[in-house]
Amino acid sequence: MASRIKFENSCEVGVFARLTNAYCLVPPGASEGFYSVLDAELGGGVPVVRSSVAGTRIVGRLCVGNKRGLLLPHNATDQEVQHLRNSLPDEVVVRCVDERLSALGNCIACNDYVALTHPDLDKETEEVISDVLGVEVFRQTIAGNILVGSYCTFTNKGGLVHPQTSVEDLDELSTLLQVPLVAGTVNRGSDVVSAGIAVNDWTAFCGSDTTATEVSVVESVFRLRDPRPGALGSDVKSSMVQDFFRS
Amino acid sequence: MMPGSAAPAGGAGMFVPAATAGTVLCCMCGVAMQPNPANMCARCLRARVDITEGVPRHAAVVYCPDCSSYLQPPRSWLRATPESPELMQILLRRINRPLARLRVSLSGAEFVFSEPHSKRLRLKLRLRREVLHGVVLEQTHPVEFVVHDRLCDSCSRAQANPDQWVAVVQLRQHVPHRRTFLYLEQLLLKHGQASLAIRVAVAPGGLDFFFGSRSHAARLVDFLATVAPIQTQTAKQLVSHDTKSSVYNYKYTFSVEICPICREDLIALSPQASRDMGGLGPLVLCVKVTNAIALLDPLTLRVHHLEEKKYRVYNFKAALTSKQLVEYIVLDIEQESPEISIDGSRYQLAYAQVARVSDFGKNDTIFTVRTHLGHLLNPGDHALGYDLYGANLNDDDMDTAMTRYSLPEVVLVKKSYEKRPRTRRWKLKRLPVEEDAGNKAKGEEERRLDEYEAFLKDLEQDPDLRFNINLYKNEDYRSEMASTVGDDVPTVPLEELIEDLTLGDDEEDEGDEAVAGNNQSGMVE
Repeated sequence: MASRIKFENSCEVGVFARLTNAYCLVPPGASEGFYSVLDAELGGGVPVVRSSVAGTRIVGRLCVGNKRGLLLPHNATDQEVQHLRNSLPDEVVVRCVDERLSALGNCIACNDYVALTHPDLDKETEEVISDVLGVEVFRQTIAGNILVGSYCTFTNKGGLVHPQTSVEDLDELSTLLQVPLVAGTVNRGSDVVSAGIAVNDWTAFCGSDTTATEVSVVESVFRLRDPRPGALGSDVKSSMVQDFFRS
Repeated sequence: MMPGSAAPAGGAGMFVPAATAGTVLCCMCGVAMQPNPANMCARCLRARVDITEGVPRHAAVVYCPDCSSYLQPPRSWLRATPESPELMQILLRRINRPLARLRVSLSGAEFVFSEPHSKRLRLKLRLRREVLHGVVLEQTHPVEFVVHDRLCDSCSRAQANPDQWVAVVQLRQHVPHRRTFLYLEQLLLKHGQASLAIRVAVAPGGLDFFFGSRSHAARLVDFLATVAPIQTQTAKQLVSHDTKSSVYNYKYTFSVEICPICREDLIALSPQASRDMGGLGPLVLCVKVTNAIALLDPLTLRVHHLEEKKYRVYNFKAALTSKQLVEYIVLDIEQESPEISIDGSRYQLAYAQVARVSDFGKNDTIFTVRTHLGHLLNPGDHALGYDLYGANLNDDDMDTAMTRYSLPEVVLVKKSYEKRPRTRRWKLKRLPVEEDAGNKAKGEEERRLDEYEAFLKDLEQDPDLRFNINLYKNEDYRSEMASTVGDDVPTVPLEELIEDLTLGDDEEDEGDEAVAGNNQSGMVE
């Protein structure tokens, strides 16, 4: 199910949250409403960890991860790294990457098996990504944009890419990723899809500007409507939550 | 990485992958569409944003019904016909500022027809403006202009008092005839120089041109300086003055005096003038007056052009003028040299034996003179000339010349032709000149007519003279008179005439073809 939320009057929830199948990273000090929606939607299955990264709250843009690991930029403090190691599940490997391009969330997009990266990323970083996250790494661009982490977001079920991606690129990317992809927008026409959405295999959080059309695109491409025994929340419950927080 | 869907580009050797634009769903209505910067379909965009917001739908424009011109703020009035590009420009300027403020650009405009008496002008604009992340929208926008009638400054002044003038050009020539003014009148008509004059009035010894603005008068003076040897003096009189806004109203007077030397005048040069002109003369004929005076020595065929400034140095008068021309009959002619051409005029030196027509048959007084008209005169012809033998001269320079040189007894000036019918196949336009009816001398009217007739005759005989002026076809002319005129008499060739533009009731009858048609049917008002 996709929910529409806001982070302190900003619709760019993907900037402020990093959601994977094993954990959810959020910045500290936001409104309790934001945390409680995440808690309620994710339930107990996924821990919601509050931590800053490199002293900032834009955790979704600075770090990247999947169920196996979490990569932090080189400027993340030792305290933060230690806090994350303590808070995250034991099987999640937390690792700092010595990479010039420190906004890892903008440069890398990944699910549990494949990662697309910025073409200029270091060879060492590439190795670290494949080691820590256990993924196959491809250097790619999305519709001519090198910030693949910003312009596409994908899970093990599906993916959303920049609206101006050509049909050929879309075919090529979905062949690489082995998931269905669709070109689309979030937040009422914003093409920075990764910034407007935080998604894992069974839940998505979109910015509150996202229109019904966009939500339905998101739900269908990420296959969030699947009745899933383990997943939390039914349609009824999520719509109640939405109504409560949007009022 | 995946060259499957790629095609090589030609020429540059670059590899350009093919890119088929995909479709995305409009974020508002979910319709499939080409992605654009706003990722919204055109209908949704248009529904969400109105680019014409703030652009005026109504405006006012001020129109002067008298001169059919529109006010261009702050003060200028521009003449524009309905639905003309000029009018469009004036109207668009009225709404230009709001458009610029809203960053709306104009991609097109057209008039929508509106009844003239509705006092409305309607424009359909196509506006273009950037909305939402660089999407450019275009939209039509009707604007209605209310036409307010108001007389412009010059029209309202003209209505209050049509004779109110600001500048006057007083054109004068101190000679006993009006020939110069008849010629200048034609020049002014041809060049449209006097069209701005409010009034043209006859004054003693010349004409007065009244203008509504100083610059119009100055323009006329400048024109006159190019066609006549003139001397100008200007003066201005303070009419009113506003100390608070420092506005001064003057009446300007341009006093323009034309040199009193006319064509065909006989001049006796002073010894100094003759020496300065390289021994010209001392007896010379003025053959042409433009902004310089052309002096011809009839005995040597030398021509000297005297500029106005130089003329003021010598300031000579005519010893004999065309009124004192006497008719002679040519008895014999003997060519002395071949025909030559100076400044486009032809001359031939010859010896002529002439006798006064008044003496002819009464006595045997015969003069043998040298003349420059050898190419024109034949034995038996009549010629006009100055009779120095019988003339009562009152000129110091002439006296000096007579004591120093042996002057000829006769100076022939031009060939004379027999009387011709008064109707001509051509006519001239006239300036609307106001005559001062109050102090008209007796016989003035006949004198005027005679002078005009003489001027027409001059035009007929001298192609140089009519070179600069416009002759029009006389539609009233009946050619049966022509048979009574001898072949010898010079007439104006038909190809030199201009067909006068006559405007009938029917709009389509306007123009050359219509005039030609009127010629055949002879139905001209």
